[in-house]
Amino acid sequence: MKKSKFLINGMRKHSLPWLMLAPFLILIVIFFFLPIILIAVNAFTDMDSALQWTFNGIDNFKKMLLDPNMPEILKNTFIYVFFTLAINVLFGLVLGLLTSYFIQKESVGLLFRTIWMLPRISPPVVYVLLWLWFFDPSPYGILNSLRALVDLPPGEWLSSNPKTAIVLANGMIGASFGMIIFSSAIKSIPENLFQAAKVDGASQWSIIQDIIIPAIRWPLMFVTMWQLLSLLTSYEYILLLTGGGPMVESEVLSLYSYHKAFESFEYGYGSAVSLVLVVIALGFSAIIWKVFGMKKMMGTSRVE
Amino acid sequence: MKIELKNICKTFNKQSNTINNLDMTINDGEFVALVGPSGCGKSTTMLMIAGIYKPTSGNLYFDGQLVNDLEPKDRNIGMVFQSYALYPHMTVLDNIAFPLKQQKVPKEERYERAKNAADMVHLGHLLDRKPSQLSGGQQQRVALARAIVKKPKVLLLDEPMSNLDARLKIEMREEISRIQKELGITAIMVTHDQEEAMTTADRVAIMKEGELIQYSSPMELYNRPKNYFVAQFIGNPPMNFLKSQLAVKDGKCQFYINDTTVDLNNHLPKIKSHNSIKDIYAGIRPYDLKLGQKGDITLDGVVSLVEPTGHSKMVNVKVGDDRIRFFADPLQKIERGSKITLTASISSIHLFDCESGENLTAETIGEGQDNKLVINS
Repeated sequence: MKKSKFLINGMRKHSLPWLMLAPFLILIVIFFFLPIILIAVNAFTDMDSALQWTFNGIDNFKKMLLDPNMPEILKNTFIYVFFTLAINVLFGLVLGLLTSYFIQKESVGLLFRTIWMLPRISPPVVYVLLWLWFFDPSPYGILNSLRALVDLPPGEWLSSNPKTAIVLANGMIGASFGMIIFSSAIKSIPENLFQAAKVDGASQWSIIQDIIIPAIRWPLMFVTMWQLLSLLTSYEYILLLTGGGPMVESEVLSLYSYHKAFESFEYGYGSAVSLVLVVIALGFSAIIWKVFGMKKMMGTSRVE
Repeated sequence: MKIELKNICKTFNKQSNTINNLDMTINDGEFVALVGPSGCGKSTTMLMIAGIYKPTSGNLYFDGQLVNDLEPKDRNIGMVFQSYALYPHMTVLDNIAFPLKQQKVPKEERYERAKNAADMVHLGHLLDRKPSQLSGGQQQRVALARAIVKKPKVLLLDEPMSNLDARLKIEMREEISRIQKELGITAIMVTHDQEEAMTTADRVAIMKEGELIQYSSPMELYNRPKNYFVAQFIGNPPMNFLKSQLAVKDGKCQFYINDTTVDLNNHLPKIKSHNSIKDIYAGIRPYDLKLGQKGDITLDGVVSLVEPTGHSKMVNVKVGDDRIRFFADPLQKIERGSKITLTASISSIHLFDCESGENLTAETIGEGQDNKLVINS
């Protein structure tokens, strides 16, 4: 009796916050939790274009183990995520340093950053179209025209180096995210620290290494984690650029799940692939959380 | 190291000069304070000496060598910043050793020297801490140790004590003076606190709106302020000013305060015209005013406030429309609202032109005052 009264009082006391949170909570449940639950359930069915739920136990996972494409796809995923992440973070850092430390004039730095942001605000199709044009196998493609200037024969880049192509296209656009985060972090370092370092005799390299990098340690970790997770699960640029081909040479796990579900209409199998991806992503999150001490980062603002 | 500034100008925007034709020499081993109200260009001057700013025009010499285009790292300077600017992710020891690391000093020697510098500022027990784990005073000491560890030729101090509380300020003031004397290093300190400047520096440069107003020893500044600005800036509590008039007639000089006419007889002020009446401020230091009527001039007033400071009482007195302060013996019974008479000797009075602010007092007036002041303080 007393307990229920306490509960009702508590509800009443917190009714306004709950009311305020409700729209957001409903959205999260519908668009974030439900899909994962659906995928998890679907992964144990052999749902196909007939949209029938027939549970088949762990058949999908057995099939995955025996899938002849799987080793190559996993290898592609690893190569794609590793190299794109490297470009994202390192190139983003270089851009951040260039536009906020080496270019001290804010207007010029802002201009450069805006230019690098353009691909982000243009639709992926347009962005990929430019890359398609760049890699075009005909002598009129940008890369081939450039090679023609120095008398080199044209090449069929997208079929000969598909992995390089998807890494470059994703790396370039992803770098702008790191650039924005890093430049704002660099801007927040007190000017005095740079002056002190200069007076103490530090070279440019030493300022970057001893002052800037330690100061933006948390943003660096955050960008690495964020990009890692989004690279694991995103596939739209690959789909548009190479479609995973030729054969499965540039196919990654997330794209494979899309292909299985929406091209072969093997919804059950596609869901199982997605579920594996979710588990991998969760695993990586947990590892990063532990290794980098993300808990500390999430706590308070850490741009020192 | 001798530092010379020749005709230095610095402009940040095209409209006005932040620093205007600054000429200044700082001798080897001297401790110079740059003082002035905020925005007077004292910090800019220091940052130019540090090499962080480049002068727009004019030349800067270190020991006769032109250093206008020398990078800060090549100038062999140590600097303490107002916010200390300690590297937050490094321990105290690494912070102090950082300048040596940049000079590629071997690790062992580097830490040895850093420890010695830390001992010099009494920080030996805090070497493993991070700056965020230190109090303001301790951070200040780290900054000082970092500035002196590479044995620089010049020590620059940018408002080093403005973030400390009053007690710590006095302690650090002594510490800085001691270290400067021990190392025999040329030091320049920027401060807005005239007391800090007077107590630590060998010479004080007073700046206002980008110009050097007066550059002399603390006693000289106190006893012979060049103009009204310096007079009201130096001294704590500030000099009392009474509005008055100066009359010159047939080579005779008189001024009037509060119904009293004071003959200046032999003490002819620096004045060109021979028949004129001028509005002036008569300035008297609070320490030069005494109760009684024995002096050359007397002032009648009403006590408006009594503030005991322990060793004496600071009394606010309303004289006519002006308010003045003086120090009374703590045992003296003075009550708010009572009428009192104050007196001062004529040699302790400074006369300032109301318009130009220039000190009109002839040299002779100041004579004999030095001795008297020594007794007073």
